[in-house]
Amino acid sequence: MSKGEIVLGCLAPHPPHLVYAENPPQNEAFSEGGWETLRWGYAKLARKLKTIDYDAIVIFTPHWQTYIGTHFLGLPEFKSKSVDPVFPNLFRYNYDLKVDVELAEAMHEETAKAGIITKMMRNPDFRVDYGTITSCHLLNPSWDKPIVTISSNRNSHYYSNEVMIEQAKALGEACMRAIEKSGKKVVLVSSHSLSHRHFVTEAPLPEDMSREHIYNHSQYVWDMKIIDMFRQGQMQEVVDIMPEYTEQTIAETEAGGLIWMMAAMGVPSYPAEIYGYQSVIGTGNCIACWDPNTETRELVL
Amino acid sequence: MSEDSPILFGLYVPPHPQPLLSPDANSGYANLRAAFEKCRKRIEESDADLILVYSTTWPSVVGHQIQALKESIWTHVDDDFHYLGSMPYNFHIDTEFAHEYCSAAEKRGLHARTVEYEGFPIDTGSVVALSLLNPDNRIPACIVSSNMYANRSETIVLGKAANDALVSQGKKAVVVVVSSLSNRMFTEHIDPSEDRIHSSKDNEWNEKILEFFADGRLEDLSQLSREIHGQIRVQKVVAYKPAWWLAASMGQHNNYLGEVLAYEALHGSGGAVIQLTPSSGSFGDKEFDEDDVEYYQGDRNVLNKGNH
Ligand SMILES: [Fe+2]
Repeated sequence: MSKGEIVLGCLAPHPPHLVYAENPPQNEAFSEGGWETLRWGYAKLARKLKTIDYDAIVIFTPHWQTYIGTHFLGLPEFKSKSVDPVFPNLFRYNYDLKVDVELAEAMHEETAKAGIITKMMRNPDFRVDYGTITSCHLLNPSWDKPIVTISSNRNSHYYSNEVMIEQAKALGEACMRAIEKSGKKVVLVSSHSLSHRHFVTEAPLPEDMSREHIYNHSQYVWDMKIIDMFRQGQMQEVVDIMPEYTEQTIAETEAGGLIWMMAAMGVPSYPAEIYGYQSVIGTGNCIACWDPNTETRELVL
Repeated sequence: MSEDSPILFGLYVPPHPQPLLSPDANSGYANLRAAFEKCRKRIEESDADLILVYSTTWPSVVGHQIQALKESIWTHVDDDFHYLGSMPYNFHIDTEFAHEYCSAAEKRGLHARTVEYEGFPIDTGSVVALSLLNPDNRIPACIVSSNMYANRSETIVLGKAANDALVSQGKKAVVVVVSSLSNRMFTEHIDPSEDRIHSSKDNEWNEKILEFFADGRLEDLSQLSREIHGQIRVQKVVAYKPAWWLAASMGQHNNYLGEVLAYEALHGSGGAVIQLTPSSGSFGDKEFDEDDVEYYQGDRNVLNKGNH
C-alpha cells in the first residue's frame, strides 16, 4: 500500500447564510440569494475539487464543541435534519451522509497515542453539526465522498489560546500520521470564519445585501493582514500571530481548526489559493486552499 | 410582595445529563435525581399554569430566543456525553405565552424572537430539566435562551419581561434556571464513582453560594454575579447571569425561603438543585445586604459569628 497523503487543505467558512442563499432542495428555508462573492468562490473551489482524486474529506468543526477531549464521528451513516440553533430561520437542512469510519478510527487511535484525550462518537441519534454540513455542502454539493468530522475541544475556554494551539498542532500531526498509514488520499477542511464579531440583530430580510458589511474596520484590517500572509505562504507566521489575531478579532480560529490543518500539512510555506472574502452578518469570511501539488496550484484571485 | 407574584417558586438545577441518563452511576447523581423528583412533586402540588426555563446551555447570538413550537419533539444527544445515551423528548410548549414573552421583551427594548421550527435543537440543560420536572407534560412549558453577549442590564430586563408576560396573561409559573455553579469539568473521561468537584476553590465558592441560597439571599447573589463569574466560571460567555435573570423575574430582594435539595459533582462541575420561594419576613438583616433598606435594624451579628 502506498503512503496516504493530504491532497488539499481548505479553509471553508460555514455561515449557514451561504447554504440558505443557494436554495438547495435539502434546505427548508427559501431565499432570494445573497453573499455571491463567497458563493461563487465556493463554486470555483468545488470545481477544482472535482478534478482531484481523493477518498475522503476530514473536517474540523467549531460547532461540535467538546470539553472532554477530541471526538470523532464513528458510525458509517448519519441521516437527519440539522437546524441551526442561532439561525433556525435560515438553516433547516435534511442531510444524508457517509462517514469513513476506518479513517476516523485510525485518527482516533493515533491521536490517543499522542497523549490527547479522545472519544469515538457512536450514538446513532447524534446530530451532525451545521458547520460540517455547511462547509461540506458548499465544497461538495453532490455529497459523493465520505467524511470524518473532528470535534473542537475548547482549550481556549479552559486554558488559553496558546494551549489550544499546542494541542491543535499535536492533533494535526497525529491525524497526518494516521492518514499516511491509511494509504488514503484526503482533503482536509478547516471550517470557520476569520474575524467573528457579528451583529446581534438581523435585518428583516437576512439576504438584504444593502445591510451587509464588516462589523468594524479593525476586523477588516486584521483579516486582510492574515489573508496577505496566506498569499505569501507565511503560514508559520500565521501560526505565531494566531493568539493575538484571535483575541483582537474574536476570530473563529479560537477553535483551533486552522492550526490543526496547518500542522497536518507540515505548515506550508507556499502561497494559498484565495477564492473570496466577504462579510456575513458582520463576520469576515475567506475561502482559501493550500494545494501541495505544484502542478495544479494556481493564482486564483 | 409574595401574594402578588405570578411566580410561585424558582428552581436552580444543573444542566448535565447524568441525573437523567445515569442516575445510578454514583450516589451523587442519584441524590440529584431524587432532588429533581422532589421538585417535580412540588410543581405538581402547586397550581402553576406554566414552567418557564432560562437555560445557560442555550446560547443565543441574535437577541433572545424563546421556544414557541407547541409540540417540540426530537431525540437529543449531548455533544460530550453522547455515550450515556439518547434523550427523546416531547414537550408541550405554551405558544401563547412564548409570543407574549417575546413582545414583552421587545416592549422593554430587547431584540427578541420566538423559534417555532420542527427539529429545533433544544439544549441538553432544558431537555434534562423538563424531562425530570415535567415528565408527562402535565403543564405546558416555555424556554428562553441566554444571549452570549448579554450583560447585566439586558439580562435584568429579560427577567422583568418574563414577569410582565405572566402578569399580562394572568398565569402562575414555576421558573427554572438551568446552570451549574462552578462549571469547570474534568477534561478527561473519569470513572463516575470518582466524580468530585474539580478543585477545593470551586467547592468553597459553591458552598458559599449555597449558603446564600439557603438564606434566600437572591438579590445578594445577583449583586455577587460578577465576582462569581471571575472566580469559578470558565469564561465561555461574558458574565454569570442566572441570578440576574432569576432575581429580575421573581423580585430583586432577599425575601425568600431557600432550600438546597442537593449539591453534587457532575464530571467536576458543581450541580445543585435549589428551591427559592417568595416569603415575607427577613428584610435588611443580612450581612452585606443589598436590599434597599429604609430603617436600620441594628447589629447584624456579623462579627460574633465564625470561629470562636
Ligand atoms: Fe461558526
